[in-house]
Amino acid sequence: MSSMTETTSAANDERSRKLTAGISEGQLLEVSMGPHHPSTHGVFRMDVVLDGERVVKLKPVVGYLHRNHEKIGENNSYLASMPYTDRLDYLCSLTNNWAYALAVETLAGIDVPERAQYLRVITAELTRLQNHSSVIGFLVQDMGASGTPLMYAFREREKILDLFESLTGSRMMCNYMRFGGCRIDLPAGWLDRAKKVVAGFPQFLDEYENLLGTNEILMARTQGIGALSRELAINAGVTGPLLRASGVNYDIRKVDKYGIYDRFDFKVPLGDNGDVYDRYMIRILEMRESIKILDQAMCDIPPGPIMDPKAKIRGFRPKAGEAYGRIEAPKGELGFYLISDGSGNPYRYRVRPPSFVNLTVLEDMCIGNYIADTIAILGSIDIVLGEVDR
Amino acid sequence: MTIEQVQSEIQSAIPGAKVEIILNPSPSAQHSLLLDHEHVLAVATYLRDVSELRLDYCSNVTGIDWLPREKSEKVKVKNLVEGVEQEVEEVHKTVVPGYLEVVYHLFSVEKKHGPVILRLRTEDRAAKVHLPSLTPIWRAAEFQEREIFDLYGVIFDGHPDLRRILMWEGFVDHPMRRDYVEPDDYEYEPTPHDHVLQRSREESGRH
Repeated sequence: MSSMTETTSAANDERSRKLTAGISEGQLLEVSMGPHHPSTHGVFRMDVVLDGERVVKLKPVVGYLHRNHEKIGENNSYLASMPYTDRLDYLCSLTNNWAYALAVETLAGIDVPERAQYLRVITAELTRLQNHSSVIGFLVQDMGASGTPLMYAFREREKILDLFESLTGSRMMCNYMRFGGCRIDLPAGWLDRAKKVVAGFPQFLDEYENLLGTNEILMARTQGIGALSRELAINAGVTGPLLRASGVNYDIRKVDKYGIYDRFDFKVPLGDNGDVYDRYMIRILEMRESIKILDQAMCDIPPGPIMDPKAKIRGFRPKAGEAYGRIEAPKGELGFYLISDGSGNPYRYRVRPPSFVNLTVLEDMCIGNYIADTIAILGSIDIVLGEVDR
Repeated sequence: MTIEQVQSEIQSAIPGAKVEIILNPSPSAQHSLLLDHEHVLAVATYLRDVSELRLDYCSNVTGIDWLPREKSEKVKVKNLVEGVEQEVEEVHKTVVPGYLEVVYHLFSVEKKHGPVILRLRTEDRAAKVHLPSLTPIWRAAEFQEREIFDLYGVIFDGHPDLRRILMWEGFVDHPMRRDYVEPDDYEYEPTPHDHVLQRSREESGRH
């Protein structure tokens, strides 16, 4: 373990050695991929240096969507930042809401009623389903499986977005949670509709696995590509499906047991090789576990209030202090770090975005691979630029 | 392990390391440890590899800008007022200088606990803004330290690739600083045609 100290510099030396070994400067090709390349899922650029078709150096360039979210958070009241968290990872607004609500609740010591906890688990796991299904759709789309798999995935995602719309009023910008609970209770018949959608989901996963799980082209394009070692994954702060695909058993739902996750029976799927294929499979397996959680939560949800009566929403001024709250978002550890000076807006409002930190290892995963594989590797990280750039 | 235990463990393992507990009065009770610059790399290596804590995962790195603030204290002073000795309250004002602070939230993947929070402070906000980089210990800090360099202007010594990350190259200020003033025109960039524009402006003014 002591040699880990030199990991970074050694890796850098290794990289530069690869860069210069046996090739003169003139034979290398610099390619600027992006920012408008469709496979980058937004405005993201990679400065790639190629030797033939092999990547020898890759530097991610981000910031095209930077709007200083954290500064805006400092100038807003605590409540006013809630709808703005929707825009971080715009595919998963409900988990963003939860992470922020959790940080504020930790900061001010607010309780959350039973029913609201269940509502949070249900909406968060539905978010995980729709995020993972669109990610695997995008991933195979990026690799050239044009159309069909992505449309299958989006067909399922659409059903979940319809549920979000009827619950929160918005398909993607849900703005659903509040400090001490949730904004509104379930509309009549919502639970039955949700149960129907969740009950149909395993069928979609089976269909998807039949279609692609053993597909020769998919396996050739993904197996052994972009392998990430366990040690590097932990040291580089990689979280979420990416970390678990490398075989590290670390799921914040199990570790912190935030909310009521200790009540549900679910497993944490782990990969062996940490390659793109493992990341793809982990997401399918995680969806199966999410369905288990949803089945239990939708069966057990009790009646009752959805807001803590003591929680103050408007004119909310927590005592001076600080708190870090984190949850297992679909992309990894999403954390909010808040410092209060006793006034109505936070002195410091920090977002710890999972996909920004996960990008740290992009270069390590791509070096030595073909340029076409960088697309698959990037797709398997699952980045959303709204969150990376903030 | 309580924060006091962590403090005494570090102090006994690394002689000379200054470790100060910063208490957190909020209900979260997440207390933190303020470290000195000289020993921070040794402390971080110790926490990651040797200590029972096994803090192998650095989750979050945050920059904070603390402006200089005035601290007023009421002091009772004995004064001679018209020949009679009286006790008079005087307000003493002292200025606490500002500094930049970097906060590391550490967890353990192996032992599944945390957070242990480390803090580092610069000496001031202008010239002495150097801090040792913890990227050699935790790669996770690489992009986050770059972000703090970009938005706050903390210079991390020993960082392998310290460049701006969110703002563009050539941007001058640090926009997350508390006293940052937004420019009138964000988009302004010098162009090769500037002198032509300038001349046309002058000429239109003359006519």
